[in-house]
Amino acid sequence: MAHLQFTRHLLRFFPDLTEGQVEGATVAEVFTNLEKTYPGIRDYLLDGGGSLRRHVNVFVNQELIGDRQTLSDSVDETSSIHIIQALSGG
Amino acid sequence: MSAKTLLVGTRKGLIEYRPAGGSWKTQRISHAGNPVEYAFHDARSDMQWASLDHGHWGEKLHRSRDGGDSWEEVEIPKFPQGEVVPDRFGNKGATKPARVENIWVISPGADDQPNRMYLGTNPGGLFQSDDGGDSFDLVTPLWNHPSRMGNWFGGGRDTPGIHSIVVDPRDSKHLYVAISCAGVFESRDDGDTWQPRNKGLAADFLPDPSVDVGHDPHFIMACQEHPDVLWMQNHCGVFRTTDGCESWDTLHTDDGPVKFGFPVAAHATEKDTAWVIPGVSDEKRMTIDGQLCVYRTQDGGKSWQPQRNGLPQEHAYDVIYRHALDIDGDTLCFGSTTGNLYFSHDRGDSWECLSNNLPPVYSVRFGH
Repeated sequence: MAHLQFTRHLLRFFPDLTEGQVEGATVAEVFTNLEKTYPGIRDYLLDGGGSLRRHVNVFVNQELIGDRQTLSDSVDETSSIHIIQALSGG
Repeated sequence: MSAKTLLVGTRKGLIEYRPAGGSWKTQRISHAGNPVEYAFHDARSDMQWASLDHGHWGEKLHRSRDGGDSWEEVEIPKFPQGEVVPDRFGNKGATKPARVENIWVISPGADDQPNRMYLGTNPGGLFQSDDGGDSFDLVTPLWNHPSRMGNWFGGGRDTPGIHSIVVDPRDSKHLYVAISCAGVFESRDDGDTWQPRNKGLAADFLPDPSVDVGHDPHFIMACQEHPDVLWMQNHCGVFRTTDGCESWDTLHTDDGPVKFGFPVAAHATEKDTAWVIPGVSDEKRMTIDGQLCVYRTQDGGKSWQPQRNGLPQEHAYDVIYRHALDIDGDTLCFGSTTGNLYFSHDRGDSWECLSNNLPPVYSVRFGH
C-alpha cells in the first residue's frame, strides 16, 4: 500500500486517474494494481521489457527508485510514490 | 482525383485534408500536440491508423473506425522475452534487450487478406496481424535471419528500422521489406523464409559497397500494375529493378542532381514513370541551391526532368522525409520538415501550396 501521486501529463491519456492509496508491497506491485484500474497505463510507464521508461522518473518518499528494471523498491502504507516525466526534449 | 482524404502526420498531430473544389482543405487535427510518425487509411476496413511517439510515454498505435471522429488505442506488440539487439555503443558482442522503439510504417496486407496488417519498427522487427490489428506477432523468420546481429545497423537512428513493406498484388504471400540499414529482403512464402535482394546496390559508406546486407534503402515503392518494377531512393542514389529485385539498376550520376534524397513515388500504371525530391548531399541534407525541386522520369530513369513550377526557388530549406510524398493517379502531394505542403494535380508539372505553417511533416498519405 502506498499513496500515489503523478504528473498531470498523464491525465491527457487517463483522464480518470486519481491520486490515492494503491495496494502493493513494491513499486512493481503498485503498478500491477494500477493497471487493473487503469488498463494500459503500464505501457505508458514501462517499456516493452517491463523496465521503467527512460524518460519517466519514479520517486518513493522523494527519492528516485533504485531498481528501474524490475521496480523492486519496497513501499508500505506510509510511502508516497511520485510518477514524473523526466525533463527532456524541447 | 479519386482520393477522399489526405492524412498528414506531423510533429504536432495528425492533420487531415478533404477534397474541396479541385484542391484540398484542412478538415481537422487529431492527436494534437503528439508526434504522429505515420498515418494511413486502410481502404479494406475503412479505418484510419496512426503511430504516435509520446516521447516520455513511449510509442503508441491508434485507429479510428469513424473516419477520424474518434480514436482507440491498440496495444503495441512486444518482442518475446529474451530477444536482443546488438549494443553498438558497447563492447564488441554486447547486446541489449529488444524493445519497440518506433513504429515507422503501418501497412495493409493484400485485398485477399482483409485482416492482415504489418508494422515495420525499429529495432528491425516486422510484426504481423491476422485479426485486423487487434494483436500483432513478430515475424520471427526475418528477425532470426543470420545477417541481423552482424550486418544490420542504424541509419540516423541507433537501431535498424523497417520503413517499406510491399505486398505483391498478384500474390499476397510475396513480400518485400526495406530496412535502414540492411537492405531489401524478399519472401515468397508468406514470411516463412527471407532472402536479401540487394544485387546492384552500392553502399558507399562501407569498406565493401557491394555487400549482400548492409545497404541503406531510404524507401522503395512498386508500380502496382507492373509489380516486378520497384523504385528505390537509397542513401547512395536512386535505383530501379525490373525483375522483382533480382538486380537493381543505377539511375543516378555522382554529380546529381538526382542522387541523395528520401522519398520516391512510382506511378501506379506507367512502369517507367516515377518522382524523387533530391537533396544536395548526405552531408548537408538541404535543397540544391536553396531551390525546392521535384524530378520526374518517364523513361525508366534514363533522364530526369526538374519540376519547379509553384515551388520556392530561393532560400528554401525543405527536406522531405521518406513517407512524406504520395501519389494517387496523376496527383502528388508532399510535405516538408519546414511545414510546407505541396499538391500537384498534373503529374508534378505545377504545384499548389496547401500550407506554409504546418509542424514538421513526417508522413503524407492519400486515403480512398
